[in-house]
Amino acid sequence: MPETVGTTELAGDLVIRAATAADVPAVTRLDSRITGMAKPDYWTDMFERYGKRPNRFFLIAEAEDSGVIGFIIGEVRAWEFGSPPSGWIFALGVDPTARLNKIGSRLFEAMCGCLAESGVDTVRTMLARDDELNMAFFRSQGMMGGPFIQLEMSLDGFAGRQG
Amino acid sequence: MRLQQATRCALFAVLELAQDPDRQISAPDIAEKYGISANHLAKVLRDLVRAGLVESMRGAGGGYRFSGNAKRVTLYEVVHMFEDIGSKPGGRPEGGDRSDIGRALGQVTNEIDETAVSTLKSITLATLLKLIQRNAAGKTGPQSKNESVIA
Repeated sequence: MPETVGTTELAGDLVIRAATAADVPAVTRLDSRITGMAKPDYWTDMFERYGKRPNRFFLIAEAEDSGVIGFIIGEVRAWEFGSPPSGWIFALGVDPTARLNKIGSRLFEAMCGCLAESGVDTVRTMLARDDELNMAFFRSQGMMGGPFIQLEMSLDGFAGRQG
Repeated sequence: MRLQQATRCALFAVLELAQDPDRQISAPDIAEKYGISANHLAKVLRDLVRAGLVESMRGAGGGYRFSGNAKRVTLYEVVHMFEDIGSKPGGRPEGGDRSDIGRALGQVTNEIDETAVSTLKSITLATLLKLIQRNAAGKTGPQSKNESVIA
């Protein structure tokens, strides 16, 4: 397993709440620290698409003493290749210095609560096969391999073929 | 996927011991509980001791005790001690490997291997112990607290 970066015990309370537009800069900074790439336009667009609509959830973990230290995004998707409506989680980030404080678990549980209240009984996610940190996290929450398999191929040579 | 006997012995022993790291259990007791060969288990336990996953306690009431970190040790680390899983084909190629059919078959078998390795690497002993508890409780999913979200 990859090493977690380290942990600083949280001094104050942790609140899980819905994101607001004012959180976008903090989420952008946090994601940039985690991924090494700043994507302000992407996060602004994510908030527009997932922070304001029904059955879409953009949640924030905010610590009393250190502000935004985590986020999770999910939505209800339906009938993709016959799949009944189910919850999808497709983004999760926790401040590397604040890991091991169950912030990811709190975000995940809150997301599952939101999805369950939307009427679905299954939650899914998709990860890179070598993303051991996130894979181990979702496994630790109880997620198992599901009945769908991700497939892909290169589109080299397809551009300009249609018509 | 069928694990080799030594691997199964190791997983049974490690997980049995990791359920309660303070408890000491003898090799014969573990062997009896899981219906596995005591001789085979003794050899496997020696390997697990060398790897630092369990420790041998001497004297009356002695036995074995878990000494690893259940939140860090994955199933892959235990399995990989006893069988060559997911390693890229190396050394001398087998007959047909370099043919068109052999290469295409290799792509498929590599995909299977990579998925197996990824699965084993993502499951820690602690996660598997939680799965055991959930199965015992008759639940299949995570125990969500349905935490309310402050809007």
